[in-house]
Amino acid sequence: MAAAASSALHAVGAVASAKPRSAAPAVARRRSVRVAAAAKGGPGSSGRGRMVARSAVAAKADEAAAAAGSKSGGHELLLFEALREALIEEMNLDPTVCVIGEDVGHYGGSYKVTKGLAEMFGDLRVLDTPIAENSFTGMGVGAAMKGLRPVVEGMNMGFLLLAYNQISNNCGMLHYTSGGQFKIPIVIRGPGGVGRQLGAEHSQRLESYFQSIPGLQMVACSTPYNAKGLMKAAIRSENPVVLFEHVLLYNLKEKIPDEEYICCLEEAEMVRPGEHVTILTYSRMRYHVMQAAKTLVNKGYDPEVIDIRSLKPFDLHTIGNSIKKTHRVLIVEECMRTGGIGASLRSAIIDNFWDYLDAPIMCLSSQDVPTPYASTLEDATVVQPAQIVAAVEQICQ
Amino acid sequence: MAALWLARASSQLARRAARRLPGRHGSGEPTSPWFLGAVPPPALGSPAVETSRRGFCSVRRFAGESSAAAAVDEEPENGFVASDQQAVDFPGGKVSFVAEMNFLPDSMKERINCYLVLDDDGRTISGSRFQEVSKELALKMYSEMVTLQIMDTIFYEAQRQGRISFYLTSNGEEAINIASAAALSMDDIVLPQYREPGVLLWRGFTLQEFANQCFGNKLDYGKGRQMPIHYGSNRLNYFTVSSPIATQLPHAVGAAYSLKMNKKDACAITYFGDGGTSEGDFHAALNFAAVMEAPVIFFCRNNGWAISTPTTEQFRSDGVVIRGQAYGIRGIRVDGNDALAVYSAVHAAREMAITEGRPILVEALTYRVGHHSTSDDSTKYRPVDEIEHWRTARDPISRYRKWVQGNDWWSDAEESELRSRVRKELLQAIQVAERMPKPPVTELFTDVYDKIPSNLREQEQLLRDTIMKHPVDYPTDVPV
Repeated sequence: MAAAASSALHAVGAVASAKPRSAAPAVARRRSVRVAAAAKGGPGSSGRGRMVARSAVAAKADEAAAAAGSKSGGHELLLFEALREALIEEMNLDPTVCVIGEDVGHYGGSYKVTKGLAEMFGDLRVLDTPIAENSFTGMGVGAAMKGLRPVVEGMNMGFLLLAYNQISNNCGMLHYTSGGQFKIPIVIRGPGGVGRQLGAEHSQRLESYFQSIPGLQMVACSTPYNAKGLMKAAIRSENPVVLFEHVLLYNLKEKIPDEEYICCLEEAEMVRPGEHVTILTYSRMRYHVMQAAKTLVNKGYDPEVIDIRSLKPFDLHTIGNSIKKTHRVLIVEECMRTGGIGASLRSAIIDNFWDYLDAPIMCLSSQDVPTPYASTLEDATVVQPAQIVAAVEQICQ
Repeated sequence: MAALWLARASSQLARRAARRLPGRHGSGEPTSPWFLGAVPPPALGSPAVETSRRGFCSVRRFAGESSAAAAVDEEPENGFVASDQQAVDFPGGKVSFVAEMNFLPDSMKERINCYLVLDDDGRTISGSRFQEVSKELALKMYSEMVTLQIMDTIFYEAQRQGRISFYLTSNGEEAINIASAAALSMDDIVLPQYREPGVLLWRGFTLQEFANQCFGNKLDYGKGRQMPIHYGSNRLNYFTVSSPIATQLPHAVGAAYSLKMNKKDACAITYFGDGGTSEGDFHAALNFAAVMEAPVIFFCRNNGWAISTPTTEQFRSDGVVIRGQAYGIRGIRVDGNDALAVYSAVHAAREMAITEGRPILVEALTYRVGHHSTSDDSTKYRPVDEIEHWRTARDPISRYRKWVQGNDWWSDAEESELRSRVRKELLQAIQVAERMPKPPVTELFTDVYDKIPSNLREQEQLLRDTIMKHPVDYPTDVPV
């Protein structure tokens, strides 16, 4: 997957006159460039052709300069609608794409991501299942091995712990153990993360648990733009992909291009270029970081904010270029301290970029506690902007 | 009252059945003689999509049409209720009520009967109905059963000699393996547990291919990544064996779902043991298959033992067949050591699964003559004479041989010729497989993803460098 993506990136980068990867500061501050990778020819690809390379605007919820890069004006929608749009487009393009999950059909999904799909594509392609996560994930694996491209929805990521056996022992493994005879182009998605008083069992961060599984790819979306792009890319990928959505981000609004685009699964997103410190984050924490960034800018700091997006594998190219420039790293994650994405990212940075660091890598994570229900306690267990500001001040001393 | 209820119920059933989806063959003929008249067969000319009451609940048909069209034909009443005054209405349908409190018993007075065709002397039981087999098919079945038996013996010995690391036999289950495979078509998707190599053998996997997998050499289709006996062949529609128990059951439902989407004239069949029925995946897969009307045959090899756990400690139900009804699935119990019974049952099950779009549960009673695997010594937990009894007096191969010989289709001379030929071929295959080089180190890193990512390339380079620096610490027969 990396080979195709990187060659496509280089080609597209030349065309779109994108900001070079070793960042020069002379680019408008609020603009960020995302390069869409060329589509691979998936099944039934004859009608699809090559993807259009695009530049697009950074997605911040309050950003006014929307769709400046889009030629035909774009359209505004919420994140869950962006996911749905992606599903509809892919299901129209490829008859093997199907959706499996609880209440995805006529109910439209617990977060309305699949609303209307059953009416459009029928009961069989948008399949309501009984409550057995391990089994409908297994069903997705079996269907994928026979040529379908299922999108399996966990009503909440936490429930997918029941599907861990199928995800680890079968999804991640069967392509390998069968000697490449069977592939598993499945997408497993659902809302996760700490919400608003949903209780411990509904506030899981499964990216920690899944990150070890060989054979799996993991991405986390955070804006309507990347939600749609990542969903499409995940569906087209030949590998099993886990797409992490966040319970609190479904109603984010943004203007996205009218033209078709996909986001590269293995690529991180430059949210805010800067000089002083590299802040690596993903999903909901991106917004806490950007809120802290406002305060930091007022205090005279210039943080570079990268939404890592690809949780497995890490986009060490983008991350590395940033570290080579700033020499200081802060990781802000929602995972727990022990065994989270931050822990792995830290280790990967030390392995690869030790010589470029001027300060120890800092990592802000949730504590190693189950998420409490009481809102004050819940807020205290998630990294807040004030902590991020303090951490940057400490690093930049 | 009962007679009126029954008459009314059956006419209601007939009406309801007439509105069912047309069968795949659309012939409207009775499905099979096996099924003693409880539900009439599907009829032609029904609308493609409908809701109907089946059993006790509303059924939305998964025909891939929009749900708006599906909401049209609501049948106003459930045919199993004698009169409205004695019924209560709940989600799921109407039920009659009773004033007396009666708990359903935990078990029926008698166990479910077992379908059998051949007696212990290899003669067909008088009055038995079974699917006829031609001489050619019968002999192919017999010789494959023998081949499987010899393959098991020789590979087991090879493990004992340290030439392969692990093996597990299908001793005593040769009829299940071969006869069920013979009743399927090559388009049917097989999802095995691990004690069904005979199905792969039937489909054309060669002895050399079996040996290659067991030795994990570079010709193994699995590229040396799995333990012995974890065979898989995309070409022969046999899913690669995955060790965790019963994970293949939901896969089978998914595979059947794909067949349904593509409207294929084929079914999925999945095998599992008595122990596998305790797994959550068993329960959920059967439930899913029933709700989704997936064409799957759930084939349970009830061989009495899950390693050292006898069925008395595995479940308290009357075996496995009784559970089908709890999910709304038709089931049959057969003598798994009777090749003709297994053949007939799978033949009928397959037809029902495909033409009616429904799952079927087959429980084949048998005995695990061998140890669970080469890592087990079953004499530790069961009497040696019990094992011997089943190995000799209840051997499925001898029983079937008697029938085949009784038809004058097979002779002792042919028997010895077959056995010595297969033995020779196997020993040869093992020799070749053993000498074949192992997969190169690159194959450690390929197929984890569709294309090898940079981190794995780095790890491969690291490994290569380490091997180059310390060649004496690494095996010489693995190409770098």
